[in-house]
Amino acid sequence: MKILIPTPLRPYAAGQSAIEVPASTVGEAVQALITSHPELRKHLYNDQGTLRAFVNLYLNEDDIRYLQQEKTPVAAGDTLSIIPSIAGGRG
Amino acid sequence: MASLVEQPTALSNDEILRYSRHLIMPEVGMEGQLRLKQARVLCVGAGGLGSPLALYLAAAGVGTLGIVDFDVVDFSNLQRQILHSTADVGRKKLDSAAESITGINPNVDVRKFETRLTSDNALEIFREFDIIVDGTDNFATRYLVNDACVLTGKPNVYGSIFRFEGQASVFATKQGPCYRCLYPEPPPPGLVPSCAEGGVLGILPGLVGIIQATEAIKLILGSGEPLIGRLLLVDALGMRFRELKLRKNPDCPACGTNRTITKLIDYEQFCGIRGEEKPATGKLGDMTPEELKQRLDRGDDLFILDVRDPHEYQICNLGGHLIPLKELPQRVGELDAAREMVVHCKLGGRSAKAVDFLKQQGFSNVHNLVGGINAWADRVDPKMPKY
Repeated sequence: MKILIPTPLRPYAAGQSAIEVPASTVGEAVQALITSHPELRKHLYNDQGTLRAFVNLYLNEDDIRYLQQEKTPVAAGDTLSIIPSIAGGRG
Repeated sequence: MASLVEQPTALSNDEILRYSRHLIMPEVGMEGQLRLKQARVLCVGAGGLGSPLALYLAAAGVGTLGIVDFDVVDFSNLQRQILHSTADVGRKKLDSAAESITGINPNVDVRKFETRLTSDNALEIFREFDIIVDGTDNFATRYLVNDACVLTGKPNVYGSIFRFEGQASVFATKQGPCYRCLYPEPPPPGLVPSCAEGGVLGILPGLVGIIQATEAIKLILGSGEPLIGRLLLVDALGMRFRELKLRKNPDCPACGTNRTITKLIDYEQFCGIRGEEKPATGKLGDMTPEELKQRLDRGDDLFILDVRDPHEYQICNLGGHLIPLKELPQRVGELDAAREMVVHCKLGGRSAKAVDFLKQQGFSNVHNLVGGINAWADRVDPKMPKY
């Protein structure tokens, strides 16, 4: 499946905007991503190993919090988007 | 959906001519134009997002535009903040904004709030308006705007940008989710760079600000499908627009069924006191630009480490050894722990992190250049470009 990497995280994913990973669940996809790009780990997970509260994962157009979280099954043609919070605008 | 705004009495003949392209469209018409005239919209921030949005709302005939800002116009704003012109550099953004707005449409009643939006003034200011448009640039103010919108029952027309990517939505309507439903917590300080550090493509706030203006107009007219419960993602480089579904979180502390936020809180504390990167001051190991100049002039053996990115080095530099902050862990072997070292970046934030890291690695004689190369340009070398 395809994982879309947002601009703020691209420096930690060798500048790539999309990465293909083999996975059968959302959790496996993220693990595969972190295995190939270890610097992403601290941006996605906290020290307790749970997904950070300001990072949202969307499978296609749905928030995984309202699916089966990281256990949500995925298919080859699915797209997982990482949507971090950004704040810029006034300055 | 129903309009938020009551209809006023009438338009003058000049106004009828000015708004004729609206009046001949059934979706706006006289009724919609009168609603626009009656509407009171508050723009929080007169910067990148606030600029196009205030200009278009004024041109469209929004009757009352409030602006909250406390900044002055800087040369580095002009790349995107089209409310302000070159001659305005050094003026209050509020004055410059009011002049531009009145220039486009003298019928607009501009209300200026020269203040930082705070927990003490937000509710009072918001009560005077029908719609709040969030054009701020830091997490603390975004959570403040959201909570104040939920508490006063005003929709929060949200837009946010980073480099060449933007987000937009309409939060805090009765039926829809709020900003906290999407992001219950802010990122820890330092993890997400600000626009001053990360940069922003100048036209991007134009794109996103105009999306916000469009949403504000639709809310006033009560027509179309507003971005309620949808997050629009804009990628200016790929020129792709995507849309994600947002849900109202029943456990949301601000708008959920058992809400815990019943008044405004301390948002600086909630966000770990970091909106924009601010130069750290008074910390052990800090060095001011003046001290550095003095030491260099004296001929002291100082190793200068520049932790910015290569494209920033091309703009200006102090002739230092360049290792971007993110490469420092891999390239620390290039550095000699025995030499006294001064680390700098643009504003002093990244170099502070580099100094912390180097100290953990056993470097004992390391200083952080306070305020970065911009402070050096301000206070030591006025010929050096600032960016």
